[in-house]
Amino acid sequence: MPHPHPLLRDPIILVFTIAGGSLVALILCAVFIIAVPELANPIHLASIAGEREVIDSLFITFLAGFIAILIILLLGTPLSYVLARNDFSGKEVIEGLIDIPLILPHTVAGLMVYLLFMTRGIIGAPFQTIGFIFEDAFPGIIAAMVFVAIPYYVDGVREGFEMVPVRLEHVARTLGATRWKTFIWISLPLTSRHIVSSALIAWGRAIGEFAAVVMIAYFPMVVSSLIYLRFVTGGITESRSVAFIMLILCLGLFIGIKLITKRFGRYHDTA
Amino acid sequence: MIQLERVSLTRGSFSLREIDLTIKQGEHFFIIGPSGSGKTLLLETIAGIHPDAEGRILINGKDMENVPPEKRGLSLMYQDYSLFPHLTVAENITFGLKIQGIPQHEISRVIESLVFKFGLSTLLDRHPASLSGGEKQRVALARALATNPGILLLDEPFAAIDPVLKSQFIDELKMIREEKDLTILQVSHSREETYTLADRVAVLIGGKICQVGTCNEVFCHPVSINVAVFTGIENILDGLVISGKSGERILIAGNVRIGIPHNIPAGTHVVVCIRAADIIINPICDPENPEFFSNEGIIKGLREDEHGVSVSIDCGVMMTSWFSRREQKRYQLKIGQKVLLGFPFQAVQLIRKECGEDLSVFHSSLS
Repeated sequence: MPHPHPLLRDPIILVFTIAGGSLVALILCAVFIIAVPELANPIHLASIAGEREVIDSLFITFLAGFIAILIILLLGTPLSYVLARNDFSGKEVIEGLIDIPLILPHTVAGLMVYLLFMTRGIIGAPFQTIGFIFEDAFPGIIAAMVFVAIPYYVDGVREGFEMVPVRLEHVARTLGATRWKTFIWISLPLTSRHIVSSALIAWGRAIGEFAAVVMIAYFPMVVSSLIYLRFVTGGITESRSVAFIMLILCLGLFIGIKLITKRFGRYHDTA
Repeated sequence: MIQLERVSLTRGSFSLREIDLTIKQGEHFFIIGPSGSGKTLLLETIAGIHPDAEGRILINGKDMENVPPEKRGLSLMYQDYSLFPHLTVAENITFGLKIQGIPQHEISRVIESLVFKFGLSTLLDRHPASLSGGEKQRVALARALATNPGILLLDEPFAAIDPVLKSQFIDELKMIREEKDLTILQVSHSREETYTLADRVAVLIGGKICQVGTCNEVFCHPVSINVAVFTGIENILDGLVISGKSGERILIAGNVRIGIPHNIPAGTHVVVCIRAADIIINPICDPENPEFFSNEGIIKGLREDEHGVSVSIDCGVMMTSWFSRREQKRYQLKIGQKVLLGFPFQAVQLIRKECGEDLSVFHSSLS
C-alpha cells in the first residue's frame, strides 16, 4: 500500500492547513488582482510611473517614513529599555498609553495629531514662531507617521530587551563597563534583531498611514493620499497603477532588508 | 578584605537582613545555604549591583557607598557563566580590558597567559553557544581574572559541570588563589566543595547569617536547628538533661542515655545533634569499654550508597548511623539485629531548646 502524504495522516494538520490556507489565498488573490492587469498593460504602467506627481509622492512617503523611523529609533529605544528593565508604579498606565495609537481608529489618531501640531496647536504653535510648520507640510507627515508607529516599535524592542539576561549586564559592570558602555556594548547588540524587525514593521506602518497623515497634511501628498485621490476622481485604473508601484517597492524593500539582516543578531546558533 | 556592616536589602517579599560579615584578605570564604536563601543576592550586593542596599560595605577599608561595580576591583562569575553570546571567546575574555581602554599590546599579553593557563587556544574564535559546559566555565573564569581583580565572587561555579572537570577546576582555583593572593567569596550548597576549599564558611538561611566559622565548627557544631538541618546532620532529637545518682549529668533522648559534662543544669530541654558517622556501632559487647556501649538498639534498615552503608536503628527514637563498606564486611549487620551504640560526647552537639530562633549553645562546654 502506498504511503499517504504526511498531511493526510495527521487530521489536525490537514484541517489547519485548509483553514490557514484560505487566509494565504486571500492575500495572494489581493496581490494578483492588482498585479495581473497592471502587468498586462506595461505601457500604461510605465507612463504612470513616470508622472511627476507619482514620483514626488513616492519620494515624500519614503523620506518621511525614513525620518519617522529615525526619530522612533532615537526616542523609542530608551523608552523600551526603561520599560523592560524597571518596575515602577504606574507602569501599566504608561504601557496602555503607548498602545493608544494601536487600538484607536486612525481618524481619531489623525485628529489628535492635527490638534497637537496644527498651527494653533500646543506643539504646532511654538514651532510656528520659529518658522517650523506642520500643518499641510512635510513635518506634519512625519509627526503623524511617528505617532501611529510608536507602539509597533516600542512593544517589539521592549520584548527584545527583556530577553537579554540582566546578569550579562551585571557581569559587564564588574568587568569595568559603566552603565552607558554596558548598554551600548551588551544590551543593544543583543537586541539588534528585535530592533531591526520592529523598526521594519513600524516603518511599514508609517509609510502606509493614510487617515492620520491626511488630516494634518493633505499636501504634500503621500502615496496613500494620491491613491485615494485618484480612486475617487479617476477610478480604478488610475489608482491601481500607483498601488502596484507601491506594492513592488514596499515588498522589494521589505524582503531586501529581511534578507540582509537574516543572519544579523543570531547568537544562539551553534557555529 | 571585605567588611559588611548591617547590610540589608529587600527584593519583593525577600530580604537580606542585617548581614555582618568580615572576609579577610586572601581568604577563600564560602557562603552556603539552601536555595532561595539570598546567596546570589548577597554576592550582587557586594558587587555593587544593588545600590539601594542599606548598611555599609567596605572593601580594603574603603567605604563602597556610591562606588559603582566597575570601580570596586572585583569580578563576578555566575552559575550559568553569563558569557556574552554575541562575542567570541577571545572577545569575551578581553571585554573588560578593552572597555577600560587598556592598550592593545597589554591586552595581548594578558590574553596570552590566560589562554595558556586555561587551555583555550583552540576556542578563541568560537561563540559561547558552541562551547561545552566545562569550556564555558573556563572562559568565564578567564574573563573574570583578565581584569586582575583583587576579589573574585563565584556563584555556584561547579553546579553545572561533571565531577572529573570539577576536581580539576578545584585544583586550578586553589593555584590561582595562591598565585594572585586573591580573596574569593564563593556561594555553594555542596558540603564536599566547601570542605575542600573553604577557609571559613557562613551559613545564610532566609536572608540571615546563622553561623560563621571553620568547616568543622559549622558542620559539626551547628548553633541552631536551622543550620543543623541544612548541613545535613542526620540525627536531630529532642532531649532532656537529668541528674544521675552521683550528681553526674545524663542526656536522655528516647531510650538513649549519654553522659555529658557537669555544667549543664538538670531539667534543661535541648536539641541533640549527632552526625551519623560519629555514632559507633558494636554488634558484640565490648568488655574493655562496657560503659561506653551502654545503649541498645535494633537495626530497622540498611541503605547502601557509593561510600558506605547508612543504618537506621530503633533506640526508642530512630537514629541513623553510618559506616564504611569495610566495616560492613566485617560485621555483616542485618535488619532485626540487636546492636550496641556508643556516642563519643565530643560529637554530641546540644542546642538549648527555646521558642523562637534565638538558640544559645553549650558547644564550648563540650569540646
